[in-house]
Amino acid sequence: MTKKSPKKNAAKGKVSSPGVSEKILLKMYRSAYATRQFELKCMDLYRQGFIRGYLHPYLGEEAIAAGACAAIRPEDFIVSTHRGHGHCISKGADLKLMVSEIMGRATGYCKGRGGSMHISSKEDNNLGANGIVGAGIPIGTGAAMGIKVKKSKQVVLVFFSDGAANQGVFGESLNFAAAFELPVIYMLENNHYAVSTPVECSFGNCDLACKGPAYGMPGVCVDGNDAVEVYLATKSAAERALNGEGPTLIEAKTYRHGGHHINDPGLYMDQEVLAEWKARDPLDILRSKIKGKKKIQEIEAHVESELEEAIEFAKDSPQPSVDEFLDSIPNY
Amino acid sequence: MAEMMYREALNRALFEEMRRDPSVFIMGENIGERGGSYKVTEGLIKEFGPERVIDTPLAEATFTNAAVGAALVGTRPIVEILFVDFTTLPMDALVNQAAKYKFMSGGQGQVPMVLRTQGGAGNGLAAQHSQSLEALFYHIPGLKLVMPSTPYDAYGLLLSAIRDDAPTIFIEHKLLYMTKGEVPEEEYVVPMGEADVKREGEDVTLVTYSYMTLKCLEAAELLEKEGISVEVVDLRTLKPLDEETILESARKTGRVIIVHEACKRGGIGGDIAAMIMENAYDDLDGPVSRVCGLDTPVPYNLELEKVCVPTVEDIAEAVIKIT
Ligand SMILES: Cc1ncc(C[n+]2csc(CCOP(=O)(O)OP(=O)(O)O)c2C)c(N)n1
Repeated sequence: MTKKSPKKNAAKGKVSSPGVSEKILLKMYRSAYATRQFELKCMDLYRQGFIRGYLHPYLGEEAIAAGACAAIRPEDFIVSTHRGHGHCISKGADLKLMVSEIMGRATGYCKGRGGSMHISSKEDNNLGANGIVGAGIPIGTGAAMGIKVKKSKQVVLVFFSDGAANQGVFGESLNFAAAFELPVIYMLENNHYAVSTPVECSFGNCDLACKGPAYGMPGVCVDGNDAVEVYLATKSAAERALNGEGPTLIEAKTYRHGGHHINDPGLYMDQEVLAEWKARDPLDILRSKIKGKKKIQEIEAHVESELEEAIEFAKDSPQPSVDEFLDSIPNY
Repeated sequence: MAEMMYREALNRALFEEMRRDPSVFIMGENIGERGGSYKVTEGLIKEFGPERVIDTPLAEATFTNAAVGAALVGTRPIVEILFVDFTTLPMDALVNQAAKYKFMSGGQGQVPMVLRTQGGAGNGLAAQHSQSLEALFYHIPGLKLVMPSTPYDAYGLLLSAIRDDAPTIFIEHKLLYMTKGEVPEEEYVVPMGEADVKREGEDVTLVTYSYMTLKCLEAAELLEKEGISVEVVDLRTLKPLDEETILESARKTGRVIIVHEACKRGGIGGDIAAMIMENAYDDLDGPVSRVCGLDTPVPYNLELEKVCVPTVEDIAEAVIKIT
């Protein structure tokens, strides 16, 4: 890898703030609303026994994926996490194939082999969720490296959360990307908890955005419950990346609306703080910025029927064939 | 005797050892107030405080290496890694550091640490949360490896592991935590390196460990009705390996099947089979065989997951085939 010299001064990044079109607002609203409804329905399906294993809802964090994915193009890549449904949906996933996967059906994105924690979608350039916390950060960095080798004009948007930022691969990846000026955006979804461990207990310096400049890239902090802020920050980071100016770290502050996973009541969460965050619901904030209220209703109705259809589709879908599975096991 | 769950037996062992020896401390993710995902560390923080029950940042490689360092200055760290699948992150700490320090330093120092972790399939947690990776550690000289199947053994072996001066990998199975068994009220240890004949028999020996011990005992029960007498040897400790007990049983029955959940290829079964053949070939009535997990990542779907792991029927069939 060659790098341009002299190294650019990596000052704290700034969000350029042109207005955001109604079209973009509606697009983001569709993603956020679909994610919200998807999570609620999946929680029902889980309780009815259609879903097993782990289910980590993205409730309360919808604006981050919705805003960030609206700022990149279909040809750009994303890397997701164990809390990944919102990333998938916002990148354009087919709800039918998502519900089917989470229900373990043959028609799912991963033929029922992956489940909630492992959805990937080649068609959407979604490189996949991950069960290993932090693993996506260097994988996304490597995808950006591949893009640079191929000389294709693409960007990688890597989602991960505060817990993952404790892993060594976080620092190593940021250093790597800055050293090689890779076209990657690190989207740190700071939801303030890694399972039950609060950020204040696992970081000596809780200003996570400041880790960007430390490694030689802009570090931007945005309100993760405001899709517009996330969109604008991602947009300028993507422009930077496409101009060959290298990576950006974005810290989007948010809060889970519940426990770590569906079976975690989250009693350790500060209920007052939680109530404050819930009062700043990302969907309400986004809705308040949209002029066409009728359009909102249309989107909501459309999402609801799409989701009903997806659930019907998944329920009608066959279980994967055991024989086919056995036949497909490679000899290595 | 009190009946308790496997996870309660582990919890009791931790309490007792931490009371007995102030140099014992434990660290891992969400093990404090939350008590760990499987509740093994429940209550510890109340008695021992956050200095000896440490909720670490999410950084397995660092806190496991940190345990090595802490052990070198005279403490006895216990590290909890939530899933054995994540022990690949601190592999350097285990393979290059903990396992070798005593050797490389000419015996000047030692690393008396325990890494407790949990593995196995069965809960729909898919490919990165369902593995059986014990063979990775089995292959490394300098590490001890323990995989108990009952509350009795879990308690006694955890005590041994904490008191032992060698780095020890202690692997629990997610389907064992809620299983119950008798545990004496007074303190006892189960020495490492001693297998346990969990059921005596004459016709066939099943050599196994961890959760598969329960499956082998079920199979033995079924086979008894068919007139086949099965001996079940629970290894309990994989390293050191109790070769004597395995060979004694092999010589007695003349027929051995090794049963483990881990993939067959490169699994511990192959090594044990070779050891039996090297030492007891003339006493065998046929080749040693294996019933193991399929050589595949574990899928999410329930039906697919089931076929990846040996069942009672698989074990019984294998026995019938050689008798
Ligand atoms: C390497 C690794 N360590 C531990 C876990 C268990 N685990 C799953 S999610 C999680 C917390 C992750 O926190 P964070 O990165 O902040 O993501 P969030 O759940 O808050 O979205 C933990 C500890 C894991 N899956 N992988």
